[in-house]
Amino acid sequence: MSNFELLCAIVPSAIIDTLWMTCASSFFAFLFGFPLGLLLYATSSGNLFQNNWINRPISAIVDSLRAIPFIILAATIMPITRIIIGKAIGNEAMIFVLSISAIPFYARIAELSFREVDRNLIDTVRAMGATRFQAIREVAIPETLSSLISGFTVTVITILAATAMAGFIGANGLGKLAISYGYQRYNLVVMTILIIILIILNNVIQWFGDRITKRIIFRCQGLQSSIKNLSKDRSNIFFEKN
Amino acid sequence: MKHFNTPLLELKNIRRFFQEAILDDVSLTIYQGEILGIIGRSGAGKTTLIRCINGLDRIDSGKIFFDGKNITQLNDSDRQLIQRRIAMIFQHFNLLSSLRVIDNVALPLKFVGYPKKKRRQLSLEMLDLVGLSDKASYYPAQLSGGQKQRVGIARALASNPVILLSDEATSALDSETTQSILELLVGINQKTGLAIVLITHEMEVIRSIATRILVLEHGRIVEEGMVKDVFARPQSTTARSLLQLMIPALPTKISEKLNPYHGQEAIIELRISGAEARKPFLNNLQGETGVVARIIQGGIDIIQGESLGHFFLAISAIDKKKLEKAREWLANHSDKSEVLGYVQF
Ligand SMILES: Nc1ncnc2c1ncn2[C@@H]1O[C@H](COP(=O)(O)OP(=O)(O)O)[C@@H](O)[C@H]1O
Ligand SMILES: [Mg+2]
Repeated sequence: MSNFELLCAIVPSAIIDTLWMTCASSFFAFLFGFPLGLLLYATSSGNLFQNNWINRPISAIVDSLRAIPFIILAATIMPITRIIIGKAIGNEAMIFVLSISAIPFYARIAELSFREVDRNLIDTVRAMGATRFQAIREVAIPETLSSLISGFTVTVITILAATAMAGFIGANGLGKLAISYGYQRYNLVVMTILIIILIILNNVIQWFGDRITKRIIFRCQGLQSSIKNLSKDRSNIFFEKN
Repeated sequence: MKHFNTPLLELKNIRRFFQEAILDDVSLTIYQGEILGIIGRSGAGKTTLIRCINGLDRIDSGKIFFDGKNITQLNDSDRQLIQRRIAMIFQHFNLLSSLRVIDNVALPLKFVGYPKKKRRQLSLEMLDLVGLSDKASYYPAQLSGGQKQRVGIARALASNPVILLSDEATSALDSETTQSILELLVGINQKTGLAIVLITHEMEVIRSIATRILVLEHGRIVEEGMVKDVFARPQSTTARSLLQLMIPALPTKISEKLNPYHGQEAIIELRISGAEARKPFLNNLQGETGVVARIIQGGIDIIQGESLGHFFLAISAIDKKKLEKAREWLANHSDKSEVLGYVQF
């Protein structure tokens, strides 16, 4: 079998495996990491729900999980993976492990974004009579949206890199191929092509994330010219968000 | 002169401590419809005072009454009802960069729970009031500083407050924009009877629009009175030194040459107010005493409808008798006249 035939046979399904693991893990990283980050921010000292009894333990758990390298974490939590997923290898098991690793990662990134919220803005809406929840919903989240999204892009890319590494411990996808053809059989051509595919995926994700972030930042900085045209017509004023 | 005597908000013996006392036994009343100026150097405790008024900071002792009710001990949700009657504008505008102008203005209405249609309609009315209805769908970053502050004012007015607190709201603006913002505030005050509390370190701002003034120094109120009285006769050192910046001073070229006893010309500092300030006093001086006086520096300022004049005059000191007559005449026709010294040209 020539290299070309070989690639045609194995690459498409590997890309699908990699994307599936990356997307599913990113989804869980956001689903749990975002509220966790918000909780870390809101309960930290000087903020809306200041509470050391909640903040300190959660902070400690998040930092501990972040301190463990991915491969070691995967091995350590294998028994838990087996209980929850039913097996310790395969895509779904990897999604579980990747999520456990990415949730605290994104939680910290989200918390850092929230910390950049201008305290004066929170005070401003509090002085208007906003409740603490309203202050978070109407100020903290919208004001940090662009930074939350660029942080999420970083998280997705980190997960993509981790899926490749997960090839060592039984995950399918581009990482496993790269390991078995490049590392074990030393097929330089196949390995190079696999690496190029990974780089392209990486760049596509980054480009996509940047596009969304930029759109938000441009809008807030008023660089989007279409707004000016819209505003000439008073009847067009129906922008108020819910 | 209008008189304001319906108290809206009263602070009684407020104290606030951090490491030391930041507010020390502050008592003040805000009356319906007045424009109260609170002036003090930076660090005097102005911002802390305003944060205590609108409930962002808790006070350590003292009482706060709103509309006659003691609100010192209220829980959060009851306090929010009162906070909505007290609006605020800020030095750095504090607009949300992620929201369009109209959504910024509508924000307080959202907290009150108004339906969306009502919010938009009221916000547009407010933007009309501040002259920015054509910028409704802009983002704050697309506006100038003065326009941002107008949005801030529209947002503050949206919740139909009875008191507007302004913390250095014009300090980040150039003097022309400052004047237009102040005019807007006066207009709103006259139209709606909204009480305005202007906190600032700039006497000029108070001079332009305030009716009453409080001087804050190290967390204490050291002087209180009608603006025209305090400007004519400042008592505290803070008021005096802040006023100094606005008051014309003798040119240094002359003050350097000043000799306490000898010279060709006497330099006289003169303060006049009221009816005297509206008369052609230099002509009268010449007509009644035959002495010609020259203005070196000074002018007449109108503060809250009152004319206040402050001049430095030069009068020939060669004929001592005539000079004496002129001094006597000036003393009788002014609030204060003083020979600062003599100069030799
Ligand atoms: N949260 C705080 N903790 C400690 N000190 C504070 C705090 N807020 C204000 N201060 C102190 O209170 C004093 C008055 O501050 P502030 O009210 O901001 O003055 P102003 O607005 O007149 O410039 C300052 O010396 C400041 O350092
Ligand atoms: Mg201040």
